Amino acid sequence: MAQKGIREYDAKRMMAKALPKFSDGKIKFEASQVLIGAETDLVKLAAENPWLTTDKLVAKPDQLFGKRGLNNLLYVNKSWSEVQDWIKERMNKTVTIKQTTGETKGELNQFLVEKFIPHEEEYYIAITTSREYDTIHFSTKGGVNIEDVWDTVVTLDIPIMKEIEDMDVTSFLPDELGSRKEIVADFIMALYKMVVEYHFVYLELNPFTFVNGSPVALDAVAKIDDYASFQCAEYWGELKFPSPFGLEKTPEEEKVDELDERTGASLKLTILNPAGRIWNLVAGGGASVIYADTVVDLGYHEELANYGEYSGNPTRELTYAYTKTVLDLMTRKKDPQGRPKFLLIGGGIANFTDVAKTFTGIVQAITEYKDKLIETDVRIFVRRGGPNYVEGLNIMKNLGEKIGVPIEVYGPETHMTKIVSLALDKKVG
Amino acid sequence: MKSYELFDRNSRAFIYGQQQKAAQRMLDFDYLCKRETPSVAGFITPTGSGYVKLFFGTKEISIPRYISLDEAILANPDVDVMVNFSSERSCAETTMEALDTENIRTIIMIAEGVPQRDVRKIAKIARERGKWIIGPATVGGLKPGCFKIGNAAGTIQNIKDTKLYRPGSVGFVSVSGGLSNEGYNIVSRNTDGIYEGYAVGGDVYPATTLIDHLLRYEQNPNIKMMVALGEVGGKDEYQIIDAIKEKKLTKPLVMWVTGTCAEVLPGGVQFGHAGAKADSKADTAKAKNAALREAGVIVPDSFEDYDQKIKETFDKLKAEGKIEEIIEPTTPNVPMDYAQAVAEGLVRKPTNFISTICDETGEIHNYCGVPIDQVIKENYGIGGVLGLLWFKKKLPQYARDFIELVIQIVADHGPAVSGAHNTIVTARAGKGLIESIISGMVTIGPRFGGAVNGAANHFSWGLQNNLEPREFVNEMKKKNVMIQGIGHRIHSIDNPDERCEIMMNFAKDHFPKHPLLDYALAVQDVTTMKKGTLILNVDGTIGVLFVDLLKSLGYQDIEIKEMIEMGFFNAFFIIGRTMGFMGHYFDQKRLKTPLYRHPWDDILYAVPDQPEEVK
Repeated sequence: MAQKGIREYDAKRMMAKALPKFSDGKIKFEASQVLIGAETDLVKLAAENPWLTTDKLVAKPDQLFGKRGLNNLLYVNKSWSEVQDWIKERMNKTVTIKQTTGETKGELNQFLVEKFIPHEEEYYIAITTSREYDTIHFSTKGGVNIEDVWDTVVTLDIPIMKEIEDMDVTSFLPDELGSRKEIVADFIMALYKMVVEYHFVYLELNPFTFVNGSPVALDAVAKIDDYASFQCAEYWGELKFPSPFGLEKTPEEEKVDELDERTGASLKLTILNPAGRIWNLVAGGGASVIYADTVVDLGYHEELANYGEYSGNPTRELTYAYTKTVLDLMTRKKDPQGRPKFLLIGGGIANFTDVAKTFTGIVQAITEYKDKLIETDVRIFVRRGGPNYVEGLNIMKNLGEKIGVPIEVYGPETHMTKIVSLALDKKVG
Repeated sequence: MKSYELFDRNSRAFIYGQQQKAAQRMLDFDYLCKRETPSVAGFITPTGSGYVKLFFGTKEISIPRYISLDEAILANPDVDVMVNFSSERSCAETTMEALDTENIRTIIMIAEGVPQRDVRKIAKIARERGKWIIGPATVGGLKPGCFKIGNAAGTIQNIKDTKLYRPGSVGFVSVSGGLSNEGYNIVSRNTDGIYEGYAVGGDVYPATTLIDHLLRYEQNPNIKMMVALGEVGGKDEYQIIDAIKEKKLTKPLVMWVTGTCAEVLPGGVQFGHAGAKADSKADTAKAKNAALREAGVIVPDSFEDYDQKIKETFDKLKAEGKIEEIIEPTTPNVPMDYAQAVAEGLVRKPTNFISTICDETGEIHNYCGVPIDQVIKENYGIGGVLGLLWFKKKLPQYARDFIELVIQIVADHGPAVSGAHNTIVTARAGKGLIESIISGMVTIGPRFGGAVNGAANHFSWGLQNNLEPREFVNEMKKKNVMIQGIGHRIHSIDNPDERCEIMMNFAKDHFPKHPLLDYALAVQDVTTMKKGTLILNVDGTIGVLFVDLLKSLGYQDIEIKEMIEMGFFNAFFIIGRTMGFMGHYFDQKRLKTPLYRHPWDDILYAVPDQPEEVK
């Protein structure tokens, strides 16, 4: 999936490890912080981190969303006991947060607690990546919505084939930094090297400040290229990629994730509306998007139950397990108005996936769910091409006749998404 | 070859990795296009060199394997393509290696999951050096009539159906590899076919993007129109708009950006492709489609009428006389792989082998239809397993117990017997386990151990011919045949062999019937009258009791006779005694005993003074 958001806690943890190394010890970076979930043993935590009870603290949710101050989710300059009460009140509570992109509803379940740092200056830095170069953005006016002070932001592009040593970092920084210019340059260089070596694709500290000559990040937003996990396992340490806020995974989605991780094949499932009547079981990352598009284009987005795909020649067992998960979700309840449901077993013309073989796994699951499919009035539409597709389509045709579930079957001669309109135009109520 | 072309009819490639199926698909395409030379020049497999056998049409050819790219280039200086099937872990490194060579100009990165920063560098270097990368995370693509990358375009039947063996007038490019084949199908059904078609891959930063290929197509006079399929996420499509504005793209372009549903889905949904995620308004499919339409690209209302737009555009060009009629070439018949023909039920062949005792082709191996896990769970034991593999029967408990009883009793009878002796001598000569126990086993036969079979045979003959015990003894004497299974060195009628007693008592207690034991004991009454040690010995007891066991299990005399003839009964002796041989072998090895040499004083040297002279 490539670009994945990581927690502020993890970003700072990595900075504490990486920055001294990448600055030859010039930059010290302390990260006195703990991450608290519903299960965390707070007594043990306080024993292991004595500063929790001796220092003033800051607490905030750490779940990949910003604007925490604006949403009253920032608790500053408080004692450990106050912080504990504050977290307890909010743990596992569902809240609606305001973001620049709109409102999101989700459950609070991870909190970051760190030392409160009294400070004066608030600087802004972000490192972004694009195809040809990386860009460093810096401003001495951090701690605010950066778009509001965008004209104070200076930028430095580092072409992909260049090293940070090749760049004149000091002179791109504003003169108002004065004597601090050098340490800021050292910090930026170390930070940039970490971004490169640790395969970050995005890092923003808004703001950061200096305490006793060392930089301290008061906030951190980061994304990482998870394709690099094989190179970075040691750098990253134990790193989990949390779901975006408000998109916590259902057990079924987690199950499909597990199946996905187990093999070289790809299996994806996102449940959009469990009461929806249109379920997709589509082969291929590209085709699956088009099927979802077509359902939406035809005006049925409220009926679209899931997004998902299987690809990369999954084994029969995997396809079976995947199909079963979808069928189980789909046949749990009848439509309250007694309308039919639709299962779209779609796909393009496969390059090398054996259609007949993947279909045998699907057939096994459908056969198992025969009674439930009939009970919930499910109608199945199939469209597929590729290696052994003739046999695969025949298997599907025969299945329909055998188990008494209506199955319409189409091959490459029919336009790929035709089954969507065939199913929906006539039949969705 | 022009700079805007990636391949021609003579292009040859190295395949990085063990991808024989993909290579075969390339060769089948070559043959269908009537290429003179196969497009695969060799495999690069760092684990070893050698050859791989593949088909070119009906002919089998061998394709070399090289352990390094350098070695491969040295042997094939004309090759300028590398199809890189190495894993996401090494794909960047091996691609970089190929970029550093003079010869390789086009590299296809198949792996999904190559770190972005690595790909960004690769893309930059390739551009600087005038080289071409397709991928990563792609199936590749093809140039009909010339060259096909790996698994692109699927089966040979699909290539025939969509006429991908000869060039048409349409340049196609998509993001998705999975959809590229669908794209070729749509284009083929609505135009005169594909001239070139590639999938750049669904990553955030594919090394080459849609625009890179569209600009090539623009330069190519053989390409009359272009068809593209983009995706939500990223801003690569905007380069197309810029190019149109700058008049760098002038040919008709039909294009659709997929992912229009993203806006009605919750924010964080990640589609199947890494790059398919909108980070800003401009990245959305709707925005891209609208912008493309405004710039003059032919954009359908949805994917549903993508095919119609392609057809209209092509028909218009045709009406304007811009497209020449294609003279359809004939295509040779590409033989189907045997495995494929079998899968489709088109051929059959008689087998040379048959197995009726077990099957290892299923999910779990079975013994005579019983999966091995079930064998363990249901406590079949050694006796039960032999029942399945030797008798092909699920034996009753008493039969399993009796078999195990016999195996335990015959496991070893000391180092002095011929089999153990040979094993020991061989072990001491420094030979290994197999040679040592084989040298012991080869002595098993009519004189050593083989009396089991013999006894079963002799007594069965007597009983079947209704000979009274005395008559039987006399008949055997008349024929000058020693009755097998009778006689012991030490034990006698007064000093019975405990082992025989145990087996006989077991049979009496558990076998439904034991007529041959009764008969043999009656014979023993006759023989021991002559001499007390002429008792039914261990071999004899085993022999007759196995006959009784088989009868109890429902076998007919004729079947039992066949089993004796094929050495069935000796088999129990062999399986038991082999355990003993191995024990002797390990014993000798542990003791590190030296080479055995038989002492002179144990050999009578009776050599004549002179040989008899034959005249």
